Amino acid sequence: MNQRPLSPHLQVYKPQLTSVLSITHRATGIVLAGGALLAVYWLYALASGASAYAEAQALLASWFGKLVLMGMMFALFYHLLNGIRHLFWDAGHGLELKSAYQTGWAVVILSAILTLGSWAFILGGLR
Amino acid sequence: MRLVHPLATARGKGPAKSGVEHWWMQRLTAIALVPLMIWFVSAMAGLAGASHEDATIWLTDPLNAALMIAFIVAAFHHAQLGLQVVIEDYIHGPLWEYGLLISVKLLAILATIVAVLSILRVMFGG
Repeated sequence: MNQRPLSPHLQVYKPQLTSVLSITHRATGIVLAGGALLAVYWLYALASGASAYAEAQALLASWFGKLVLMGMMFALFYHLLNGIRHLFWDAGHGLELKSAYQTGWAVVILSAILTLGSWAFILGGLR
Repeated sequence: MRLVHPLATARGKGPAKSGVEHWWMQRLTAIALVPLMIWFVSAMAGLAGASHEDATIWLTDPLNAALMIAFIVAAFHHAQLGLQVVIEDYIHGPLWEYGLLISVKLLAILATIVAVLSILRVMFGG
């Protein structure tokens, strides 16, 4: 391994909305990879029969399970909305500083609303 | 005099080697995951607290099973492409970097197979 400088250097940049949203996209992506494994566990439990399924359901409905699901819902809505923002960038749209901030705040507000809505559902409706 | 254009020599030999395929598959799976993710969340919300029988009946519907397989395949392909970039950016040194890359890629394939076989077992009984 050579010693040439490697990007990105998170430590040397002053945090700003754009960079915070960027690193949050990565962080939520990592979290969602774990969420995908959780989905596989649920499918496997469903295929394994009624008792394994009941175990999985009880685990997901426990306080810890609900906490994990609530975290997953934030990661999911954030990564979904910000991912759409990235796709528009890839197509060459919204790259100006002003629109990058506008869509950034839109992602923050919309994912907050959707996350809180899903939390109300998890805490109120999930048995 | 060489008749080979320098570009032909450079092609596939820079530090990036290949990259277009990675970039494109990341976007393709991202586009697929937008509707699939919305479908998955609403489906799971509808199934919250469902009995084993109800959940089985739901997944036995070929459309639900097909969308679930599409979701799982797209999600794990997207996840391992994304995790690859994160590992390449932040983890250095051959042992950790390649160890993690190989583990992530193989785990994504294994998880996909487990999920697909589970869906098929629910569909066809077992």
